[in-house]
Amino acid sequence: MRAILTVAGKDRTGVIARISNTLSQHSVNILDVRQNVMGGDLFAMIMLVELDGCDISFPALTAQLEADGVELGMKVHLMHEDIFNAMHRI
Amino acid sequence: MLNSFDILETIKMIEDEHLDIRTITMGISLLDCISGDIQAVSDKIYDKITRRAEHLVRTGEEIEAELGIPIINKRISVTPIALIGAATDADSYVPLAQALDRAAQTCGVNFVGGFSALVQKGFAKGDEILIRSIPEALASTELVCSSVNVASTKAGINLDAVRMMGEVIRETAERTADRQCIGAGKLVVFANAVEDNPFMAGAFHGVGEADCVLNVGVSGPGVVHSAIRRAGDCSINEVADIIKKTAFKITRMGQLVGSIASERLGVPFGIVDLSLAPTPAVGDSVARILEEVGLECCGTHGTTAILAMLNDAVKKGGVMASAAVGGLSGAFIPVSEDEGMIHAVHAGSLHLDKLEAMTAVCSVGLDMIAIPGDTPADTISAIIADEAAIGVVNSKTTAVRIIPAIGKQVGEELEFGGLLGSAPVMDVHPFSASRFISRGGRIPAPMHSLKN
Repeated sequence: MRAILTVAGKDRTGVIARISNTLSQHSVNILDVRQNVMGGDLFAMIMLVELDGCDISFPALTAQLEADGVELGMKVHLMHEDIFNAMHRI
Repeated sequence: MLNSFDILETIKMIEDEHLDIRTITMGISLLDCISGDIQAVSDKIYDKITRRAEHLVRTGEEIEAELGIPIINKRISVTPIALIGAATDADSYVPLAQALDRAAQTCGVNFVGGFSALVQKGFAKGDEILIRSIPEALASTELVCSSVNVASTKAGINLDAVRMMGEVIRETAERTADRQCIGAGKLVVFANAVEDNPFMAGAFHGVGEADCVLNVGVSGPGVVHSAIRRAGDCSINEVADIIKKTAFKITRMGQLVGSIASERLGVPFGIVDLSLAPTPAVGDSVARILEEVGLECCGTHGTTAILAMLNDAVKKGGVMASAAVGGLSGAFIPVSEDEGMIHAVHAGSLHLDKLEAMTAVCSVGLDMIAIPGDTPADTISAIIADEAAIGVVNSKTTAVRIIPAIGKQVGEELEFGGLLGSAPVMDVHPFSASRFISRGGRIPAPMHSLKN
């Protein structure tokens, strides 16, 4: 199963490191990553991740990433890739 | 990988614009629960519902977590109970309503619909017993919803049933007067009721349906509103186009959720109901969409035209996005459940007569409207008759869900809380239609019902 992870908020150091660390701890493979800093300090990152080897449940992983987001002062979303494919591809 | 803009657009729709799946509703046939003994029927109903819908809520929550899309309601609809109770010699079907309520509580769903009768052409044995049981059934249960179909384009309008329903609505409100008359908020009177509607309070599982199906109702007034606002001053056909594109995306999401849920539950996927269902939350209102298109306040001249365009565009956008479209599919215009409608009533812009006109071009009818507590039953029946006439002549579903606010007058409100919102008491015509209603009989079907 593949999912889209988005992280957005005020730019600061260590965001990618923190998120990647959580993903790697649970054997989540990062397939693609895009990152932008807009208007000087707005950080936005989108990752495509593969969850087949993940050692915890989807809701548990979401909760951990959201907790990372709270500590980083960022908004984190983890959603199944299918929802985006359904809405934006015919 | 997907386009970043598309990804962020979806997240914005969910986070800021109230995009959600309004309901996944499991339709369950109770035809195999029929028995001569009402206690046996009650037991069979409880067993079948709790067996079939055992995993409904949990599965819904799992999908919600994985897809990141809220699924607000998980519900159950059943075969009209008048058909199930008819084989018994009971003179009240309240025990069956209580069995439905217990089953719904056990499954953890928030409503069960189908305490219903279909009497558009006449009363069979169980129908009158069911209708007379409605006030007590709704007063003595929490989660049961009831509906009665009193008219159809094929059969005309059963005026005897219309008369009875005026009395039943009043009595139901009176029996729940200590709870904001909420009983009447769980009771719908239909013309041309559909058999696969996933939305409450009017959902029931038609006899032509499979043993168990899963229907999905999507929502999204906030998303449509934001898309129109971003478009600025464009022509009305461009507005229609924007609505179509937005409805397409919303419906695709409903189709996805429905197919995953049906696969996991091992139940066939029925339909997606493409409805714009508002909530009392700011930013989730159908009335505000109409105002965004160009009205100073919903209810003023122009409201009906914009609503007609909106309703049509929602269908056109959604129909390609789903394998099977059904239910009511269009824009809902409840008053108490829509922040903009409530505002329009307070502002003196929206009246019952305008709402009636709006129901001629949208997907349902007079919905969640409080009327003065001293409104006579005959007047309620006449409101139902008018609404049924609109449905019958236009070959569409119409419905009446009005709530006599017992002990209250215009200027006061009923406060339901939650998704049901609050209903300002609206004025009705003071002149009587009693002589018309007391004539009884059936208004014949219109000429264009003869299509064969």
